Amino acid sequence: MWDSFYKALVFQDRWTWYLEGLGKTLLISIGAIAIGVLLGIIVALIKYINKKFGNFKVGAKICDVYLTIFRGTPVYVQLLIMYLIVLVFLPTVWVAIITFGINSGAYVAEIIRGGLESVDDGQIEAGRALGLNKLQVMIKIVLPQGFKVALPPLFNEFIALVKETSIVGTIGEVDLTKVAARIVARTYEPFVPYIMIALMYLIVVIILTKLLRLMERRLAKNERHRDKR
Amino acid sequence: MKGIEINDNNRQDSLIQIKGLYKYFGKLQVLKGVSTEIKKGEKVVIIGPSGSGKSTMLRCMNLLEVPTYGEIWFEGKLLTPIDPYLHPEIIRLSKTYKKMLAENTGKNEEEIDAEIIADIKKNDLLKKHEGAEYKDAIKALYKANFSNIDKTRQKIGMVFQHFNLFNNLTVMQNLTLAPVELKLKTKEQAEAKGIELLKRIGLEDKANVYPSTLSGGQKQRIAIVRALAMEPDVMLFDEPTSALDPEMVGEVLELMKELAEEGMTMVVVTHEMGFAREVASRILFMDDGVIKEENSPKEFFANPKDDRLKEFLSKVL
Repeated sequence: MWDSFYKALVFQDRWTWYLEGLGKTLLISIGAIAIGVLLGIIVALIKYINKKFGNFKVGAKICDVYLTIFRGTPVYVQLLIMYLIVLVFLPTVWVAIITFGINSGAYVAEIIRGGLESVDDGQIEAGRALGLNKLQVMIKIVLPQGFKVALPPLFNEFIALVKETSIVGTIGEVDLTKVAARIVARTYEPFVPYIMIALMYLIVVIILTKLLRLMERRLAKNERHRDKR
Repeated sequence: MKGIEINDNNRQDSLIQIKGLYKYFGKLQVLKGVSTEIKKGEKVVIIGPSGSGKSTMLRCMNLLEVPTYGEIWFEGKLLTPIDPYLHPEIIRLSKTYKKMLAENTGKNEEEIDAEIIADIKKNDLLKKHEGAEYKDAIKALYKANFSNIDKTRQKIGMVFQHFNLFNNLTVMQNLTLAPVELKLKTKEQAEAKGIELLKRIGLEDKANVYPSTLSGGQKQRIAIVRALAMEPDVMLFDEPTSALDPEMVGEVLELMKELAEEGMTMVVVTHEMGFAREVASRILFMDDGVIKEENSPKEFFANPKDDRLKEFLSKVL
């Protein structure tokens, strides 16, 4: 047992490999989340404003095509296409960040759009009837409420994304999963490395979940408070 | 524009004018030619069966619903595009009119004029392109009379059936959002006014709570004072008590009566016949997209003339 631990962690300072792999996983995840959120917000706003106010007709069509393609094909296939055909001139880590970012953006867009659409039309009408313009109604009424509704599914998407990045080994990026595979290839003892990285993924996801709880609690102030039974 | 004057809405006592209003939702025709006028200080109550178009007409008054044809005027300013069918002077500039006039050579121009205009109106003969003169006339008249809708809405308070308070804001923020955001008041001024309004309805202790903790009656009274915070010239009420528990209807109607007594101009769509009888200066009965009858409350309830109204009253009274 001790021998397995020694070979998986201590020998050749292999514990530092895990940290490097974790760093790569986090780098790709955070980069992709940043791109995904930015892209998702833009797409969601275009589609929402098109539906509610009739602006951006062409933009909404383009967004639909984007959503169909990136939600309709496996991210694994998208990664291979980007790496081997579209983004051949970029370093692989960038290929990974961009691919996961664009893929995630499609899901984030639908999540945020759902959040925005959960705000009832009556409140928009009330705002407009008071003389506020579309932009003021969006910023003061729709976005704060829509964002709150979108938050839990948004974090679900982030969690899924962190785990999905485990396939970047395919295009030669050494992330957490690839590190474990490399060590197992040297030691032929899969137990410690794979349990090890499973725990590391788990910790990242738990941190994300805690972050969500924290944000939800801060945003819950306008809900009805009931004593727990 | 060559002496054309379409603005006959400048009279001092006139607030809202509705002219030849039609509204289609797809193929469904909801309003079929409604015209009426709301004067300053009037309390107009609109009643009618559901689906009669009364809410749609009310919502057209502040353009929450955009009419398909017809014009809405508010304080002498045009809110909708110009409807050429309402203005013979404009129709006379159209190619269609000129062509029809030329086809009737030999006849007396003045006699045939009314006939042609009636024909054009009846058969919807005006096309998209009716020549430069016609286009320029409409453009110039629109420019001279139109009013920015967001600015106009500041003067038209509206109260909805489902209250529509902003759920992400406290009661006080609900009252101050629009005046502050539209730079009509500073935050301090708006809050002072907000406290004054909340005191008036006895809810000053609710200033810092969120709408989700309030009862329906409280929500609706706050929705009313939210509209009052803009100091509007007219208040539109769209079935303000229909979504309330019977117990809470009274407190909302009481507040509306107070407003009426203070001289606020009001247009109220409601099923509360008692309120109509007591408060209204005029009652409109709508059915099937038109105003079937229009009278003072006394005459309206004592001597209904329209058959459909008689039937309606026999059911609701």
